[in-house]
Amino acid sequence: MESGADGEKMPERRKFLLSMAKSLGAATVGGLTWTGYLEGKKAYSSILRPPGAVAEEDFLARCTKCGICVEACPYQALILASPGDERPVGTPYFQMRENPCRMCRDIPCTAACPTGALDRTLVSDPDGQGVMRLNINKTQIGLAVIDRETCIAYWGIQCDVCYRACPVLDKALTVEYVRNERTGRHAMLAPVIHSSHCTGCGMCERACVTKKAAVFILPRAMAMGESSNRYIKGWDRADEERMNEAPEETETATPRSEKSPMDYLNKGGL
Amino acid sequence: MIAELRKNRYLVLRRISQVGIMLLFIAGNLLGWKVLTGNLSSSRVMNLVPLTDPFAVLQVFASRHLVSAEALAGAALVLLFFGVLAGRAFCSWVCPLNLVTDLAGWLRKKTGLEQDGGQPGISRNARYWAIGVSFLVSLVTGIAAFEWISPISMLHRGLIFGMGMGWALVLAVFLFDLLLVKQGFCGHLCPLGGFYSLATRFSLVRVNHCKEKCTLCMKCLEICPERQVLPMVGSLSSSVSSGECTNCGRCIEVCMSDAMKFGIRSYSRDQDPKIA
Repeated sequence: MESGADGEKMPERRKFLLSMAKSLGAATVGGLTWTGYLEGKKAYSSILRPPGAVAEEDFLARCTKCGICVEACPYQALILASPGDERPVGTPYFQMRENPCRMCRDIPCTAACPTGALDRTLVSDPDGQGVMRLNINKTQIGLAVIDRETCIAYWGIQCDVCYRACPVLDKALTVEYVRNERTGRHAMLAPVIHSSHCTGCGMCERACVTKKAAVFILPRAMAMGESSNRYIKGWDRADEERMNEAPEETETATPRSEKSPMDYLNKGGL
Repeated sequence: MIAELRKNRYLVLRRISQVGIMLLFIAGNLLGWKVLTGNLSSSRVMNLVPLTDPFAVLQVFASRHLVSAEALAGAALVLLFFGVLAGRAFCSWVCPLNLVTDLAGWLRKKTGLEQDGGQPGISRNARYWAIGVSFLVSLVTGIAAFEWISPISMLHRGLIFGMGMGWALVLAVFLFDLLLVKQGFCGHLCPLGGFYSLATRFSLVRVNHCKEKCTLCMKCLEICPERQVLPMVGSLSSSVSSGECTNCGRCIEVCMSDAMKFGIRSYSRDQDPKIA
């Protein structure tokens, strides 16, 4: 367009550009606020998902918040988070102290999920014919953790309520006989959790007799550490495999001193 | 009474549809009825036919994730129904938030807030920007962005599964519509409504206008929540061509001269009325 020749056109175009710029600005402000809000909202990590839930990050993306899993639970144990619940809104979770997972064999919650946020292959095993069969014992809702300071069994008082409540009893939760040093003549029946079998169903947490449960479920990522491959159980063949993954070179966060350690001793500073 | 009902026939039908769908969902959760389980985000009809919010699925894609085949099929069904047949009817026949914003609009009129209003400061195209922003925010955060803040979902899910603090957002939308912008949420901001406007651009069920019968009373334009879709009134016999029409039927109800009617879109007369 020739400049100046068409006086009417320029303001029109400028008006359009200005309104576009305004909209773009509003969209940016809105988008950034929105992003900030969501980044804060999805940061809750201490949430116990239904059996077969994919990793939390994928779960948050895939779950459409339809609540079909909540409706499918015959014990009404699953809760759909509502605003103010301090959980990502509209997503399903357990509150074990109130209503734990009963580990149904047909896993109706997982089977009902329409989006794949609950993945039945994660809670299935191949049977003899190679067909995948649901196996609730594979579920990893979380991991039971015992607070030994408030657990009365660790005080020496006889209590095996959690042990009795455990649906994977003697595998996920065992009772160890420990000498009671205080009396010198009694045994303590100390409950111990085994992460290889604990499904995090929460039956122990609900059963616990203390005011606030001394055994409770945490998401596995929160409850467990992770050993580095620098430390190997040399007495365990399977564990020694991990040595192959250990890096040759050592990297440290802070640079090593180039000086010899002897130097400062000989500098007369002492 | 009968005359009154007849006069408001589409309003009555819309409320029956909106409330009925809502009640079926609630019964699905409370009583275990299998007619409709889930909610508007994802549901199953008779425990068999999947239905999924297509806009939600697109946001999941934007967040760089995939959905199951069932969810995809459900979204296709919904898209086919509204896109080919019913037009943007989701907004006025299904969406529960429509009850809230309609109430705000009605109160606005009754209380005279309407006259006070002046020109709304927000463009009706803001909803299309909101769609773009939804996808961008989904991409950045890795989660379906609008599904996390949608007052529609808050209200709908709240009624089925427990409201929590969700009422605050619904109240905010109500007050926004009542005090700030006429048809503020549904007609300006809602990206889901914007999405359906785009997706139902070529749907078949339309309001048809007959120029010969029109008495130019302009009541249809007065009552229409998306009045920009009725540029042909009095000047051209044609179907409503814009996807922004929600097929609410208000224009048909107020028309005393039978110049507005639901029908199948007629492509033969479907020209741009601004040209004619």
